[in-house]
Amino acid sequence: MLETVACWIIGVGLAFDLFGCIGLIRLPDVYNRAQAATKCVTLGTCTVLAGVAVLAFGGEGGAVLGSMGVKALLCMVFVLVTSPVAAHAVCRGAYLSGVRLWPGSVVDEFAARAGEVRASQARQEGAGEDEEAETA
Amino acid sequence: MIPETFIQIGLAVLTFCSALCLYRIARGPTAPDRTVAIDILGTLVVGYCCLMAVRTRQDYYINIAIAWALISFIGTLALAKYLEGRSYDA
Repeated sequence: MLETVACWIIGVGLAFDLFGCIGLIRLPDVYNRAQAATKCVTLGTCTVLAGVAVLAFGGEGGAVLGSMGVKALLCMVFVLVTSPVAAHAVCRGAYLSGVRLWPGSVVDEFAARAGEVRASQARQEGAGEDEEAETA
Repeated sequence: MIPETFIQIGLAVLTFCSALCLYRIARGPTAPDRTVAIDILGTLVVGYCCLMAVRTRQDYYINIAIAWALISFIGTLALAKYLEGRSYDA
């Protein structure tokens, strides 16, 4: 019974993984690809890990599989926290490095803020160069 | 225990997903495309390790998965800072 439930949970996770990777291929620009792939694959991998944890806690495996369940839950929480953070950092880096949005995009809320960020970066770089000149 | 054919189908699906990611890494017109695909590939490998742990009934595969998630996160953040054009210590 519990193994059937674990099979279904793992199957749903694998389906999310597959659809996320199809989105990574099919969508038109970096930002669309990042949002499709990150959300779907994060949820899919977390669901696979949850299925493994269910299997480990409920299966007939004994002590070895029990420690596997705790580690699977730990890994699930870690992936759930870090993967969106990494995708956010990559998208911000993509925007600041000058990758254009897809022409069919309707809104660009980061445009004003990106100007400020670029200006402050330029100021910091200028200050750094001054310090280097003084020390030299 | 979970049927062997189910695990094999799951590993095949994840291998196909990895092939799609590798296509995006090889093709993907800009550097951020490749970075996103590398990040996704790391997350897929975590799932792959878990299925291997169930298949072989060895729990050290989960340790590999945790370490892989950690290293993948740090590597992606380093690549993102490189894309943003900042120095690594700021």
